[in-house]
Amino acid sequence: MKSDVRDESAGSWTAATRRQLERRLPWENLLPDRQPFWVGSWVYVFGVVTIAALAWVVLSGVVLAAFGPQWWHLSSVGRFFNSLHFWSVQVFFVFMVLHLWGQYFMASWREGRAPTWMIGVVTFAISIVTAFTGYLAQQNFAAQWIAMNAKDAINGTGVGGFFNVLNFGQMYGLHVMLLPIAIIALVFLHIVQVRMKGVVPPIGHEPEPAVTWDLRK
Amino acid sequence: MDQPAGYLHWGFILISWPNLLLIGLMVVLFGLALILPFPGHGSSTEEEKRA
Repeated sequence: MKSDVRDESAGSWTAATRRQLERRLPWENLLPDRQPFWVGSWVYVFGVVTIAALAWVVLSGVVLAAFGPQWWHLSSVGRFFNSLHFWSVQVFFVFMVLHLWGQYFMASWREGRAPTWMIGVVTFAISIVTAFTGYLAQQNFAAQWIAMNAKDAINGTGVGGFFNVLNFGQMYGLHVMLLPIAIIALVFLHIVQVRMKGVVPPIGHEPEPAVTWDLRK
Repeated sequence: MDQPAGYLHWGFILISWPNLLLIGLMVVLFGLALILPFPGHGSSTEEEKRA
């Protein structure tokens, strides 16, 4: 009966998408409870810590956006959240770079994993722009100083007409809306890619591991 | 904290001490991640091998 329904919907885009997702993203791949034994290494923790830091960046950023610049500069709780936002960004970048080093030295783009690598590269680049717009959105003298120094460099690249670092509204809008959405979407795609292709094996190792590591233990 | 950071200027290399310290700490952390054993991993693998 089930197969009859599928046959009837052979020309349907919805059915085709469902079949693709079922084939390429089965639940046991999306939420696995077993991993190849080589995943049991601290090197594989760097990516997870980066995601945890991103969660703190987003959460503290939402609070900052809700209460505004006077609150984050003048009140003690506001300054705490301002610092939380700043330091979680530092942790985010430190562990993203450590994750990058680890994946670079194990050539993680091997065996059909180039999209995973490229999504990571683009996420890194967008994260730098997001952090830069964050410095411009502080609403203090440091932000003005950075904007005044950056404008000539940005104009020198030819994108000054579209990306005006002296325009607070544009920088703030990019920082709290467009760029975070892009980063979260790309990180989601990055994780889905890892789930689809599996964690890259060590160089010279068999593609299919004989021994697996049970994550439930 | 309100003072500008000191800089290492060695030939063409110019980097602030805090940035250099952070990069050094990252290299140390990366090295530790490579050599430190991961908790619970070894015993699980041995059990799988015996099974």
